[in-house]
Amino acid sequence: MQAPHRALAGWGRTNATVAEVVEVPNHEVVAALRDAGPRGALVRGLGRSYGDAAQNSGGLVLRLLGAAHQAVLHPERGTVTVPAGVSIDDLLRVIVPRGWFVPVTPGTRFVTIGGAIASDIHGKNHHVEGSFGNHVESLTLLLADGSQVLLGPDQQPALFWATVGGMGLTGIILEATVRLLPIETSRMAVDTIRVPDLDTLFAEMTSPDDDVRYSVAWIDPLAKGRHLGRSVLGRGDHARLDQLSAKAAADPLAYGPHQLVSVPPLVPPMGFINHTTVAAFNEFWFRKAPRRRIGEIQSIGSFFHPLDVVGRWNRVYGAGGMVQYQFVVPFGEEAAMRTVIERLSEAGAASFLAVLKRFGAGNPAPLSFPALGWTLALDVPAASHGLGELLHGLDRIVLDAGGRHYFTKDSHTTPDAIRRGYPRLDEWKAIRDAVDPNGLWQSDLSRRLGLTD
Amino acid sequence: MDNALGEPQTILLLGGTSDIGLAIVRELLSPAARTVVLACRNVEKGERAAAGLRHDGLTVDVVAFDGAATDTHEAVVASVVERHGDVDLAIVAFALLGDGEATSRDVAAAAEIAHVNFTGTITATIAVANRMRTQGHGGIVLLSSVAGERVRSANPVYGGTKAGIDGFAQGFGDELAGDGVHMMIVRPGFVHSAMTVGKKAAPFATTPEKVAEVTAKGLRAKRRMVWAPGILRYVFMTLRHVPGPVWRRLPLG
Repeated sequence: MQAPHRALAGWGRTNATVAEVVEVPNHEVVAALRDAGPRGALVRGLGRSYGDAAQNSGGLVLRLLGAAHQAVLHPERGTVTVPAGVSIDDLLRVIVPRGWFVPVTPGTRFVTIGGAIASDIHGKNHHVEGSFGNHVESLTLLLADGSQVLLGPDQQPALFWATVGGMGLTGIILEATVRLLPIETSRMAVDTIRVPDLDTLFAEMTSPDDDVRYSVAWIDPLAKGRHLGRSVLGRGDHARLDQLSAKAAADPLAYGPHQLVSVPPLVPPMGFINHTTVAAFNEFWFRKAPRRRIGEIQSIGSFFHPLDVVGRWNRVYGAGGMVQYQFVVPFGEEAAMRTVIERLSEAGAASFLAVLKRFGAGNPAPLSFPALGWTLALDVPAASHGLGELLHGLDRIVLDAGGRHYFTKDSHTTPDAIRRGYPRLDEWKAIRDAVDPNGLWQSDLSRRLGLTD
Repeated sequence: MDNALGEPQTILLLGGTSDIGLAIVRELLSPAARTVVLACRNVEKGERAAAGLRHDGLTVDVVAFDGAATDTHEAVVASVVERHGDVDLAIVAFALLGDGEATSRDVAAAAEIAHVNFTGTITATIAVANRMRTQGHGGIVLLSSVAGERVRSANPVYGGTKAGIDGFAQGFGDELAGDGVHMMIVRPGFVHSAMTVGKKAAPFATTPEKVAEVTAKGLRAKRRMVWAPGILRYVFMTLRHVPGPVWRRLPLG
């Protein structure tokens, strides 16, 4: 064995492919890239993309070493400069006790800053504050020719926005300066409402009550008929000091999220995740939610990252792995959203709670996923019978409605579907090709979806 | 690239006019499929098969391939890759059946069958596997036979070659596992096809379509070996232990 070849898969644990994997600090990246062969190179963060976005079969995969203590906080400007390999988890442990929060967090803390930019991740605040790229002041990009450029919305904006949401295919993000959100406390003030059906949910999520910073609905994708779309809507904002109890107010910025358990690397017994168990879980979860509860104080972890409490939770889907389906359809296409949820419910594809969220306007990045409208995300076991037909059928509904799919979640769709969903793909390719004429940056996702052809 | 649903984008069928091979290709076509390459000796016949597969969004290419010309196998694979990129799934389906007991009296005929079915299958499979190791992913479906378990007297040369490649594929599949390449052996019983027209069917005879269904299901589950029909696994589990004098007298076609 001359090189450390390893099988890599996404968070969905489908489709592992083999690559040469090297861990390097930022200053050794250029040297490591000399080993890149005809199948190119790619950076992988913490492997939370569900599909093949962070894989490069037969090629080189770099993991950037970076520690949170290298992050430099600029309190007077409200920004932090951080190496791209640092995770949001590590960053929060540094900045929360100092009264700052990341501008956008996804449903897991275990993503890197580089990955957050490359995926242009979104969170519960998209309808108000947009996606991660909107809050990047500048970033340092290593280009295929070995040179480094400083990019920002006002410094080479075309390449900056091609890198935001660019899935690592424009270069290697080495470092970024990100605007932070000042917080008074490390707690969240949360309102929880049970919503009986989809129409009520749409109405509730477009009411002025929804203009709070954070809002997301957990929806039961197995509910049928008049219960279709029943959900629990959670809204909130960072708690102010005067909202905390005297005890909590004594240490208002205390922060120490824990992982309670980890799913062992054993395949669960056959049929552990099936229609009956999942339906029972969803029923229980809906009934346990309060009809209406206002101003509950929660931790950052339980509000934003509930699943992070269980390490490697993706293992519950067994050896077959899972597929996450996420798409957005524009406002006015609520009927398409309803049809998709109906199809999923009819198919009875065992799925835990799905997440429905209202997006605000998108940003200038040609491959950024979020766009004004509704997004739905849900997990399905990859081994489900007939899943291919179901998902390719849903793709057509989404695309006909003017919607599109999220690269970071995708593991099944086709180059045509991407071409239809991202009409600015050719514009992005032209920017990319100019800085990477020999195609150094490649991934399994880019091969599968024809992004770098 | 395969997607998470096990739907290949590029399929290479070695033995491009094989009824079973073509049935497997049809079974694996999905909206994700972009390219099918039929590699066969009879290009004209391959073109007819290609015409039956073509539809919007699917490229079907026919290339000349001779299982007996073992020194050309690497070049054929290289030219397919040159034109179409990564091969996600290769189906190794070419074989000569021969004429049963007549073949086992005819040295020249036996040599030809042994060369194509055994040597040719091994060289073609290695040529494909080498490419897949380079690309870091890929699947190989190797058409063996129930003869992989026990060879019948009715066609010992053919059966012997199938038993030989079956053994090769088991060992080679284990070697490839760490390289991201998945090998699946398919062991069909008697299959009604162009190859077996006029031959007496054995018990549990099946069709190319059934073999294809079993194959697709096995690929989705990442199986190492499938039988078609599935019951033959248990039939042969028993048959392999039947004493020789009894085995010889069994009416197995």
